Amino acid sequence: MTSAAATLPARPRRSRRRNLGPYLYLLPAFFAMGIITFYPLIYQVWMSFTDFSLKNFRVNGPAPNIVGLDNYIRIAQSNLAIPNFEFLRLVLFNLWWAFSNVVIHVVLGVIIAVVLNTRGLWFKGIYRALFILPVVIPAIIVATVWRNMFDPTAGAVNFLLQAVAGLFGVAATAPGLNLDWIRQVNDPIPFIPLPLAYFAMITANTWLGWPLNSVVATGALQSIPGELYEAAEMDGANWWQKFRTITIPFLRPAMLPFAIYGFVVTFNLFSLPYFMTAGEPFGRTEILVTQAYRLAYDRQLYGVAAAFAVYLFFLLLAVTLVTNRLAQATKSYAE
Amino acid sequence: MTAATTTGPASKPRRKSAASSRAERPLPLSRQLIIQVICLFITLTVLFPIIWIVSMSIDPRNIARPDALNLIPPGASLDAYAKVLTRPTGNDISFLGLMANSLKIALGSSIVAVGLGVTAAYAFSRLRFRGREALMIGILGVLMLPSVATIIPLYVFLNQFRIDFGGLSFNLRASLIGVILAVIAGQLPFAIWNLKGYLDTVPKDLEEAASVDGATQFQIFRKVILPLSIPAIAVTGFLGFLGGWSEYLTCYMFVGGNVPDWTLSIALNSMVGGFARTTTWSEFGAFAILFALPVSVVFFIFQRYLVGGLAVGGVKG
Repeated sequence: MTSAAATLPARPRRSRRRNLGPYLYLLPAFFAMGIITFYPLIYQVWMSFTDFSLKNFRVNGPAPNIVGLDNYIRIAQSNLAIPNFEFLRLVLFNLWWAFSNVVIHVVLGVIIAVVLNTRGLWFKGIYRALFILPVVIPAIIVATVWRNMFDPTAGAVNFLLQAVAGLFGVAATAPGLNLDWIRQVNDPIPFIPLPLAYFAMITANTWLGWPLNSVVATGALQSIPGELYEAAEMDGANWWQKFRTITIPFLRPAMLPFAIYGFVVTFNLFSLPYFMTAGEPFGRTEILVTQAYRLAYDRQLYGVAAAFAVYLFFLLLAVTLVTNRLAQATKSYAE
Repeated sequence: MTAATTTGPASKPRRKSAASSRAERPLPLSRQLIIQVICLFITLTVLFPIIWIVSMSIDPRNIARPDALNLIPPGASLDAYAKVLTRPTGNDISFLGLMANSLKIALGSSIVAVGLGVTAAYAFSRLRFRGREALMIGILGVLMLPSVATIIPLYVFLNQFRIDFGGLSFNLRASLIGVILAVIAGQLPFAIWNLKGYLDTVPKDLEEAASVDGATQFQIFRKVILPLSIPAIAVTGFLGFLGGWSEYLTCYMFVGGNVPDWTLSIALNSMVGGFARTTTWSEFGAFAILFALPVSVVFFIFQRYLVGGLAVGGVKG
């Protein structure tokens, strides 16, 4: 870099060409994105201020009416012509859904990566190959298969509960062994306002989510110099002390950005709330993206759906800014 | 903090020879067995849904609903597979027809996204220019947005185009090309970001050497950068392929009304839940397996390259 800067004044013609070069490399991608990404996004913002509906869809159809901030206000007031819609509850559930998942994924991913990294462990390669399986299976298959598994009368989860209970001599008809996982209305834990379907979803998403965290953690673990552990052992450090003072500081730089990325991905995870629970019971496991899709596809409220997407964007922006802040703050604290 | 914890153990008497021999000693058998039990348990949880779906798919009774956990149901058969391959849904389209449509979307979108992405990633990773930061923030912003957030305006936008080409006349939105364009819109920012993250980790020595030898910038890109980034291209391409292969939202919204354009994902969703009145669970299981198999096989063939790249892409993504 410095050598290039030193030669620049000597060759002014070349430097001018260099200044244009980068844009030529960017042109194809940004030309495509301009048409299929940025233009639709701007169009979407315009749509959010209109009452865009089915009749405006047709080629040469009538232009929609401008309604100002009406869509935004109606969403914020939960004043939409759809059942069980409560904006604040939806946002809070969505944030909690992403947060709870990421915590579980990261903790499980790190623990399993550490266990698998044990020196001299047999069949390491086989375990690593098997544990990556959930990552490879398309999300729609994962969600639909788990939907079947949580079926109240013919699902594998209830069969498994019954089989385990049977070992202790409990009859298969006992309460709690024939759960209506997805549609049960009463909350399973009285003081926590989360439906049983949430716990079903989090079970499925845990299965789906920890392996990739484990892959990332394994990569970071293998970059830790073995001498550090040896030195710590010489000093008589126990397992927990080594984990806390060596493993965690080395995992941090890899796991933190991945956790933020995971938060955004889970926040926007369409497949589970759509294919697995379909928002049941009573829209309580709906998240923002599935609600936006229903507004557009089931209800043809395109203007409202567009305003919804704009809300979604600002929420994600806030989430990213806050998590980045937290990451920066804890980083400087650790160093 | 750290100083306090390290001085604590250090004040203990050192047993140097004992400690160094412990580091080289193999894992004690008791601990080995405990960890093996833990790993076997994890393996069971990972495999449980897969075993369930496989045993369901070979159930010979082709039952509407399974009634117990059976690893291999009595008199297992492949009838459900035969049924699913010829006519998986109530509509007139075979598995191969669905697969061809999914394959077109997967290949079309991943090839274009990686092709356009790699040049932009090179510029972002290696070149300095005005507006670099702003453009990268723009890409990051789009990357955060779920595809739901752009699908509606894209639908309206693509709906404006009528293509008349030779004997063909179709609406761009109601076609697989429209679906591919929409899928690319979702994949391209990710491809740029992922490839840039990888290129940032590649040392610059080779390029500098090529530059000293008088190579032009484009030659460096083509002869040095492209070969070096093959692992990242493979991962990004695979993830793009996986995304296109199983894309549901766009497909259903754009071409859901036209059965010949149906994809595997649309058919799968029509086999579960409220739509599934005519489908048995055996058929659903067989279909899910046939749907997942091609991508899983590709993954395991290239696993060596893909797993490492997944980690890099994940960190940088």
